[in-house]
Amino acid sequence: MFYGISLTAILVALWLTLSGPFTLSGDYPIVMGLGLLSIIGTVALTYRMRIVDRETVPIGPALALFTYWGWLGGEIVKANLAVLRLVMKPEIEVEPRLIRVSAEQRSDLGRSVFANSITLTPGTVTVDVEDDGFLVHALDNSFTDPAGFAEMGARADVASDGRKTGMATGEAN
Amino acid sequence: MSAAEIFQHARDVFSIGALAVGLVFVIAGATGVMRLPDFYTRMHAAGVTDTLGAELIILGLIAQAGDWQTAAKLALVGLLLFLTSPTATHAIANAAHRAGQKPDLSHFKPKHPADTATSEGPK
Repeated sequence: MFYGISLTAILVALWLTLSGPFTLSGDYPIVMGLGLLSIIGTVALTYRMRIVDRETVPIGPALALFTYWGWLGGEIVKANLAVLRLVMKPEIEVEPRLIRVSAEQRSDLGRSVFANSITLTPGTVTVDVEDDGFLVHALDNSFTDPAGFAEMGARADVASDGRKTGMATGEAN
Repeated sequence: MSAAEIFQHARDVFSIGALAVGLVFVIAGATGVMRLPDFYTRMHAAGVTDTLGAELIILGLIAQAGDWQTAAKLALVGLLLFLTSPTATHAIANAAHRAGQKPDLSHFKPKHPADTATSEGPK
């Protein structure tokens, strides 16, 4: 129920952001009607699909998620500058590598957040998903620091779940 | 000069700076796509355009947005790029991998940590 109400509130906020003046001025009743209709329809469909839970409406981990995005933004800037340096050198000197990164996140959401974070960071792309890890293509061997991947994995796990009890291996690495 | 004018100029300077730096990253991405040797490495260069280039340009545009609604919409566009571009990149990379495109690895052969030799592992 809590997640249903949160989902409705988020959808109302989204509709007001996208069409606020038209809805609130009252001059266009059809806009307000369509907004109500689509919000009710979306909530009803998600209830019928039984997917309204902690994972699809991440209200609990919201703070952890924003913290993670901030940290990830910093990492992306660093990786972008590294790729920029490699690309702009007079001679292209790269040593591409395929490496395996173990993914020991507790949930599938954590695993997908980790995989997408690896892909989002320039210089590393998740090529394939395996049972216990990812196959990652790295542009240069300077991007293949195992400690960096372990830290990102542990942070992705916390961010997707919101609870601080990190992975057994993620903290140790 | 009044405070409002100073704020306006500061906003313009920030916006021009963000757009210029974003443009540098977009150009670097395009240069990388042309210069790097094979498919997988070129994909990394395209990632530069996807992430910092696009986001900095959107940041510069947000500073120029007149009302909060336009700014919020631009921020939503940025968030959408942030969430969907890795999915698209992974889809392309995975498609190439499954189709048998071998990455141009100079002196490295991947080994599984558990040493389970997979037959279809790329060289």
